Amino acid sequence: MSDPMRIRAQAQGDKTTVRVLVSHEMESGQRKDAAGKTVPAWFIQTINATWNGKTVMSAQWGTAVSKNPFVQFSFKGGKAGDKIVVSWVDNHGDKRSDEAVIA
Amino acid sequence: MERREFLTSSSGATALALAAASGLVPAYAQNAPGWNKVAFDSKSFAEAAKALGATSAPVESKELVLQAPEIAENGSVVRVGAQSSMANTTQIAFVVEKNPSALAALFDIPSGTDANVSTNIKMGQSSNVYALAKVGDKYFYAVKEVKVTLGGCGG
Repeated sequence: MSDPMRIRAQAQGDKTTVRVLVSHEMESGQRKDAAGKTVPAWFIQTINATWNGKTVMSAQWGTAVSKNPFVQFSFKGGKAGDKIVVSWVDNHGDKRSDEAVIA
Repeated sequence: MERREFLTSSSGATALALAAASGLVPAYAQNAPGWNKVAFDSKSFAEAAKALGATSAPVESKELVLQAPEIAENGSVVRVGAQSSMANTTQIAFVVEKNPSALAALFDIPSGTDANVSTNIKMGQSSNVYALAKVGDKYFYAVKEVKVTLGGCGG
């Protein structure tokens, strides 16, 4: 199991800005190891975020998203204390879900 | 990454590879539900736009702003952001023309979410980077050339 995501959600005025730092190798499938064998692609394919059960961000990623991916988005609504849940699925079928509270 | 974790994850990968080799599981049977393989297999901006559903060539728009560095010292981490001021923007995609797979990331913008997302992407070499926005059933783009001094795809 991978390390937890770091999620910062901050309400400002009528908007909430969310920054997520995911811990994942995001292996591109282009790299070769020391023996010259291609390292198979291993990457997050779908990621989504919900606020009080409503989807506020959903994305599909390819192999070109950086290692330990960063994503930032903002949505209308949200107040301090509300819960944000971010979940991803990678091409090995691994999943992870973490939550944070809006500050 | 911790050594222990690396061992467990690589043994998992081996099991998967063995299963694939023995014909139990076709390779990449594990693609996450809803992942648009065709779009991520595309090799050019035009192909990616088409795979995402554009019926005509996307139009360049000043209302779509792409933030990307002019020079990226390290191609493995390039911060890109796109902001659309067009109402009803429902998707934003990042496309790197000269990457092995052109489409890097595709964001759905639900109503209530700002059409303004940023993420980090990898670039194999200097290339045009496109932001592609879906507004209603039309597609718009913004483009910027990013020079990469150290590639992020190979070794």
